[in-house]
Amino acid sequence: MMNRRQTLSLLGAAALAAPLAAAVPALAQTAPAQTGPIRVGEINSYTGLPAFTIPYRQGWQLAVEQVNAKGGLLGGRKLEVISRDDAGKPDDAVRVAQELLSNEKVELLAGTYFSHIGLAVADFAARNKIPFVAAEPLTDAITWSKGNRYTFRLRPSTYMQASMLVEEAAKLPAKRWATVSPNYEYGQSAVTWFKQLLKEKRPDVEFVAEQWPAQGKLEAGPTVQALAASSPDAIFNVTFGADLAKLVREGEGRGLFKNRSVVSLLTGEPEYLDPMKDEAPEGWIVTGYPQEQIDTPEHKAFRDAYTARFKEAPRQGSVVGYATLTAIAAAVEKAGSTDPEKLVEALSGLSISSPFGPVVFRASDHQATMGAYVGTTTVKDGRGAMKDWRYADGAAYLPSDEAVRALRPAN
Amino acid sequence: MSFLLVQALSGLATAATLFLVSSGLTIVFGVTRIVNFAHGSFYMLGAYLGWSLIERFGTTPAGFWGSVAAAALGAGALGAAMEAGLLRRLYRSPELFQLLGTFGVVLVLQDVTSWIWGAEDLLGRRAPGLKGSVDILGQPFPLYDLMLIGLGPLVLGMLWLLFNRTRWGTLVRAATQDRGMTAALGVDPARLFTGVLFLGSALAGLGGALQVPREAVNLHMDMAIVVEAFVVVVVGGMGSLTGAFLASLLIGQLQAFGILIFPQITLVLVFLFMAVVLVLRPHGLMGRAEEIPPTTAASLAPPLSAGAGVGLWAALLLAGLALAPLAAGDYALIVLTEMIILALMAASLHLLIGLGGLVSFGHAAWFGLGAYGAALLVKHLGAPMPLALAAAPLVAGVGALVAGWFCVRRSGLYFAMLTLAFAQIVWSVTFQWYGFTGGDNGIVGVWPPPWAAGKAVYYWLTLALCAGALALLRRAAFAPFGYALRAGRDSALRAESVGIDVRRHQWFAFALAGSAAGLAGGLYAFSKGSVFPTLMAVPASVDALVMVLMGGLQTVSGPLAGAAAFHLLEAEVMRVTDWWRLALGLVIVALVLLFPKGIVGFLADLRRRG
Repeated sequence: MMNRRQTLSLLGAAALAAPLAAAVPALAQTAPAQTGPIRVGEINSYTGLPAFTIPYRQGWQLAVEQVNAKGGLLGGRKLEVISRDDAGKPDDAVRVAQELLSNEKVELLAGTYFSHIGLAVADFAARNKIPFVAAEPLTDAITWSKGNRYTFRLRPSTYMQASMLVEEAAKLPAKRWATVSPNYEYGQSAVTWFKQLLKEKRPDVEFVAEQWPAQGKLEAGPTVQALAASSPDAIFNVTFGADLAKLVREGEGRGLFKNRSVVSLLTGEPEYLDPMKDEAPEGWIVTGYPQEQIDTPEHKAFRDAYTARFKEAPRQGSVVGYATLTAIAAAVEKAGSTDPEKLVEALSGLSISSPFGPVVFRASDHQATMGAYVGTTTVKDGRGAMKDWRYADGAAYLPSDEAVRALRPAN
Repeated sequence: MSFLLVQALSGLATAATLFLVSSGLTIVFGVTRIVNFAHGSFYMLGAYLGWSLIERFGTTPAGFWGSVAAAALGAGALGAAMEAGLLRRLYRSPELFQLLGTFGVVLVLQDVTSWIWGAEDLLGRRAPGLKGSVDILGQPFPLYDLMLIGLGPLVLGMLWLLFNRTRWGTLVRAATQDRGMTAALGVDPARLFTGVLFLGSALAGLGGALQVPREAVNLHMDMAIVVEAFVVVVVGGMGSLTGAFLASLLIGQLQAFGILIFPQITLVLVFLFMAVVLVLRPHGLMGRAEEIPPTTAASLAPPLSAGAGVGLWAALLLAGLALAPLAAGDYALIVLTEMIILALMAASLHLLIGLGGLVSFGHAAWFGLGAYGAALLVKHLGAPMPLALAAAPLVAGVGALVAGWFCVRRSGLYFAMLTLAFAQIVWSVTFQWYGFTGGDNGIVGVWPPPWAAGKAVYYWLTLALCAGALALLRRAAFAPFGYALRAGRDSALRAESVGIDVRRHQWFAFALAGSAAGLAGGLYAFSKGSVFPTLMAVPASVDALVMVLMGGLQTVSGPLAGAAAFHLLEAEVMRVTDWWRLALGLVIVALVLLFPKGIVGFLADLRRRG
């Protein structure tokens, strides 16, 4: 009796595990190698951060549709993206990458939002010798200290965005600075670079206070009060999303921003500016994307196509998604094949036309020269906007090829 | 001086929200003994409902406060519905099973909220009449926060009146003290419980709706608050309203002043505080000793039995698994490898829960310590894989030995929350020690050497090591050690009186479980090639708990089946749809309703009947 029950339990475990596991390879599809579509495996935090990743997805969908409408790649092969959610966890992302590689037979990997997930997939790509175009992660490590032959990154890194802002911050009369930044690598490195680069330009500044709220858990009242207590002339902010909204509300309520300059990373991006509606901060110096005001031909074409297709205005993520797949399509054409080594060669030094203008993936550190718009926030027609902006070309804010070679591990 | 006063007031405003939410949780726990993970979801729903109503009606003070009240009632109604539709069917199951059910509800509500309200953060209207600030000793302070500070004690007073001056409140207090006796005296527990869930969830919803003027309503609110609410409940003493109030005040002040002295402490402050309180006071600040530990395993049939034929079937299963690489592709092998690793992880947790009656909320810490132990050896010392794998269980075991010494001195939910506190401390050290652990960017490049790089070879290696470890765990379960552990679980007093040192057995079990989880972690690190603090974060601990409960507590093979089923479900559903949380949550709710004893428990019952 007892034996049988135990037996059955174990059998139950086996019965559950075995056939389900066996079903996994059965679900796999094998793509014919030479004539079938060119498959790109795409991974991002769709459930974890839908507000940012859904515009991003629409962006790459548009790029794929445009490529295929023009007749595809390599003489008529369609471009196909197999997209997966990573659940916001690096270990899940690595498993998904393996699935895309083994079962879906993708030629390249692309995507990711969080830095640690980007790093995990980059390492997987190097290990499996498959090209990976990291779309959104901002960490410097992905192209520098942990850079590898197979990984390329599109968005301007934390270092680049910080140095764009330092340029403006150095012009301010402010001498006493306070910083508020989420308590993880992105916030840490943003503040470190900002401090270092600003001190190089302005040896007379001092940093009088720093606050490190846990990401997503900013205690707005105490944090604002603590910043105010150090009576800084200016504040450098790195918080974003829900934390930023709290900081702005509480800061306005307690007069933190009165007669103070604020320099703020990413705040000008529609993803962060739009939810704040008419309470968007006034006069902050930010990096961002004033999409409604950019009238270059390449941006207009993109914005029109995007708006027509999705019935909404593009966001920063949309541009990133669009440019990522545009770059991949261009790389495949340039390589003339889907051989991973040839794709890597093609991506190194690849130059494309993005909605922001020409972008080059530098051969030295695989960082794209995509830039950001630097300007001042304002409220117009009941919503946040940017004014007095200019395009800061990423190429101008990157260290030289020699300097980054020293930062990267030898291949 | 004026600055310190305003800082204290800010802390009080934080405390008010925390108290509203945790008072609901402590009432629900006190009466029903349900560890309600969905409490944070009701907070989030209250905020979303509140946002919608305030956008429409919130232009006048009456409209605003009416909207807040309606949102609270809405959240309360949902809580009552969860009780009637789900929890009521589970009161005869082992108590932890309701935890699994509420976890399913969390997943479902996350996706439903995102579906109804969309992904974007929603910034709501400010409270009419309370938009500005007042000057307190020359420092501006928001009026709305001042109102919140007053609201905390007001709600406490009203709850006190409700529980001490009404018949319903008296019945609730009676049920808190002795549920069985209250029922025997003719009080319908089902209706009482529905009412309590309504009240508790309404308080959570009220807390959420009141946040609308302070912050953008977003989809991460549920997880952000629920862990902290548990901390407040446990620090205050479970079931104690004044305790929860006191704990909220203390935590609010700690956060307000902690960041002045050490700004980087934000990640770990509340957990450090909880650890200190629990080490000093076994039942929190105001809690009383329980006569019956709240989480004794309900064991009607003799659980766990060593059968003679098991070895044969285990050998067959092992042989079947060993042959898998002949048929399976690379990806299937990876999923199988992960399933086996997680099975060991779940089995190690089951040793604590099933045999020891010790529910751990922080088991991922040991998994993560093992993974990091291995990865750090590789990174800093260039250690070969076998050495790193050997070190993984040792590092985790030593960590568990230290934490266990403190933890086993507490029981029930206090034990569970103390393990959580240690896990969070380990997590935050890993997260912030950039120079040594790589911080949140983790450690990459932890791949197996060429001889073990093939998916099949690594799979066999994992299978061999995990099977060995599982055999050892099973051996421990049926050795005198295991029997002593179970004796301690079923009646610590009687076990002590026959000469068993219960605490020592529990301590060693904790270390053993920790090192088994550490081995699993080490294997996981090499299978992924990288380690990150997410491996030891709260969700990872919750996943482990869900695996054990899904399989069922009463059998040794339960956690294995649970781990396999959960991992496969998650991996496969995630591949197919973006709504995987909804799907996974519904599956969990369905499982809980259909198989209230877990998958293996159900199969065993079926077999017994047939």
